[in-house]
Amino acid sequence: MAENKKWMPRWFYQMASPRWCYDFTGKLLPWFAVAAALLLAAGMVWALAFAPADYQQGNSFRIIYIHVPSAILAQSCYMLMAVAGAIGLIWKMKVADMVAKACAPIGATVAILALATGAIWGKPTWGAWWVWDARLTSMLILLFLYLGVIALHSAIESEATAAQASAVLALVGLVNIPIIKYSVEWWNTLHQPATFTLTERPAMPVEMWLPLLVMVIGFYCFFAVSLMLRVRNEILRRERRAGWVRDLLQRV
Amino acid sequence: MNNPVTNARLESVEKGIMALFWAVLKRDLLLAFRRRSDLLNPLIFFLMVASLFPLGISPEPTFLAQLAPGVVWVGALLATLLSMDSLFRSDFDDGTLEQTLLSPQPLFLVVLAKVLAHWMMTGLPLTLMAPLLGVMLFLPAEGMWGLIVSLLLGTPTLSLVGAIGAALTVGLRKGGVLISLLVLPLYIPVLIFGSSAVQAAVTGLPLGGYLALLGAMLALGVVLAPLAIAAALRISVSG
Repeated sequence: MAENKKWMPRWFYQMASPRWCYDFTGKLLPWFAVAAALLLAAGMVWALAFAPADYQQGNSFRIIYIHVPSAILAQSCYMLMAVAGAIGLIWKMKVADMVAKACAPIGATVAILALATGAIWGKPTWGAWWVWDARLTSMLILLFLYLGVIALHSAIESEATAAQASAVLALVGLVNIPIIKYSVEWWNTLHQPATFTLTERPAMPVEMWLPLLVMVIGFYCFFAVSLMLRVRNEILRRERRAGWVRDLLQRV
Repeated sequence: MNNPVTNARLESVEKGIMALFWAVLKRDLLLAFRRRSDLLNPLIFFLMVASLFPLGISPEPTFLAQLAPGVVWVGALLATLLSMDSLFRSDFDDGTLEQTLLSPQPLFLVVLAKVLAHWMMTGLPLTLMAPLLGVMLFLPAEGMWGLIVSLLLGTPTLSLVGAIGAALTVGLRKGGVLISLLVLPLYIPVLIFGSSAVQAAVTGLPLGGYLALLGAMLALGVVLAPLAIAAALRISVSG
């Protein structure tokens, strides 16, 4: 069994301790907060004021700088939720359960943001607020999955059972992620293909995609800040009877 | 009853995994036949939902013919969903479920047999009844086979996925509404390909691709869903 213990790195087990996780995220939090604020502010100004207008869509394309990062984030947030849920199921780590729980409302909000900006963008470009296109529909399903996970979590009273049950649901819903990702390639629909891929250079000019990249990284930093705040709150709430939390509260 | 308690019978059961499967299947079918009203309710619901559309939208035959594939599929989907809540409910209430979980037999097979029994009691009758609704909604005769085959491939997937939701909510008092919230998003792909297959059959396009996708989802469901159902049952019962 001693060999098995070396299978995962040390930090993995350290993160399982709510106290260690609380301290660690406390150190990371300011850095991510500063990075998110700088990147989002810089990206926003760059995107809205300095990036060139699209030759077909004019200035209406600028909503891409909110739409694409939120859509990317909505999917990766689901992945994180499912992975954290799986870790919670396998290693029975409380912190993983808390991360999974914290992901759901953030993911649902970002999914709503992606759908709303998509609708606002669709009106001038396609002439309709909503089109029953493969990617839009699968994104809507993603939102429903988030809502289902939240509903299931709040319906079960015992925290441990709620975490396990919603982890199973999140893992089952994971089948939807590849469907969203490849929907624009499998079905020839109205929605344009992916803006960013890891392997190829984007089809847009550099002045257009660089601010988008800044915004995507900014959104991820913002997500990290939001997630850490939620997880830290959850740790304090669940460990409120632990000695170190009482000491902490008394110092404040 | 007079036989002494030995391990002999237990061993023979362990030898025959299939015997376990058939025993669970037979038990669930028998239980379903003893409560005939539960058996009929989804079918009556299916009929009623389908008759709402001509009344609510338009009784125009050409219009209804266009609508028919989707309406029949949505009706079948909702009827399956409605029947899902009772899948593990009575077993949970009388403690059978707990004993099943404690038994050394593989839960995968028990769960698969239960879902198969549930499908034979809901999905199969719904499929057999669908042509009647197709006629009521003026579905062209060319679409009938597409409808039957797509439902035959699609409804088992609905039962398998729905059983995950049923297993997750079995311990909760307000399981009924929650189950539809959990399961409906996962039903959407089946609905899309199912009704597309019927549309293709009506317009004379090849429907092999849609049926292959429905079959692929069924294959995936048969292999993976029982694992999720078993895990969900263990969570629900222990919590």
